[in-house]
Amino acid sequence: MPTGLNDNEIISKVLSGDYQAYAGLVNRYQNYVFTLTLRMVKNREDAEEVAQDVFIKAYKYLADFRGTAKFTTWLYTIVNNTSISFLRKKKLDIHSLDNEKVFEAADSMDSGMRANMVEQKSKLAMVNDAINLLNADDAQIITLFYKAEQSLEETAQILGIETNAAKVRLHRARTRLKEKMETYFAEEVRDLN
Amino acid sequence: MNTQHNIEERLWNYIDNVSSTEEKSVIEKLLQSDAEWKVKYSELLQVNEVLQSSELEAPSLRFSKNVMEQISKLHIAPATKSYINKKIIWGIGFFFITMLVGFLIYGFGQMTFTGGEETTITKNLNKVDFSKIFSNSWVNVFMMINVVIGLVLLDNYLSNKRKDFRKQL
Repeated sequence: MPTGLNDNEIISKVLSGDYQAYAGLVNRYQNYVFTLTLRMVKNREDAEEVAQDVFIKAYKYLADFRGTAKFTTWLYTIVNNTSISFLRKKKLDIHSLDNEKVFEAADSMDSGMRANMVEQKSKLAMVNDAINLLNADDAQIITLFYKAEQSLEETAQILGIETNAAKVRLHRARTRLKEKMETYFAEEVRDLN
Repeated sequence: MNTQHNIEERLWNYIDNVSSTEEKSVIEKLLQSDAEWKVKYSELLQVNEVLQSSELEAPSLRFSKNVMEQISKLHIAPATKSYINKKIIWGIGFFFITMLVGFLIYGFGQMTFTGGEETTITKNLNKVDFSKIFSNSWVNVFMMINVVIGLVLLDNYLSNKRKDFRKQL
């Protein structure tokens, strides 16, 4: 497995006929792709199906990757398009930044679910659950910035927006995440103190 | 002026290390002297630490194997640039630009310039009977479509320039 090689070196190997080298890219980015798709489709089984599609599409069109941008940036474009197509097929709502229905839906969760949520959870699970309560746009930017460890400039480039717009969007997303954490995971938040 | 929203925004910029040097020193002073800022800062710092310590979600163990099994049956498609003839793209662009220029010349030719002497260009243009050529409404519609496409091409060109500029940054 060529794990010591960088992305461009692996891509060159794959393009020259060594398709097994692609496993290096899959292993390296499977969590990144899976998390981003999960943020959009909100269901683990569907997210896994979409994430597989993303890697298959990326393989098919690998010759189109020019190497001028980061591989993750290119991969994100495929993640985004594939997730949107999947949601369209399933006729699900693609939540926009200002979609108030998302917040209403999250706020109106029944007490049973709420009771389940406030069970003692690990810090990591709590963060993931809180992110899942956000709308897709907020969840995407938080995932890209924190979990995929992209800089603010890279996040802006991936999302196709200006750095300042990314800064504002990230700020709003974190504020909403904080609110969700305080509302649904008050106990865990207290434990952090 | 120091609304909650404003404080949070400034503190997030400080935490993300994107504040200016002056702003940083102002915030550091406020953190030492203002209790409200201190409390808010520790709250935000906590959220930031929790987020930083979080990890990506993992798919099932068979994920990588499934992908590799599926791609073993596929072939990599040739790069788009290898089968798109740039000359054709340039040819189409040239056609639309020519149409656009022609339309502009026609437009200017239709104008009546008063207060000045007639130039040789306007004299020559006046000799041409454009009404015979452009009397058909379909021709006018066609010209309008060309103008719109020309503007779209110009917009694409400018947005590509902007993207290149961003990449250079």
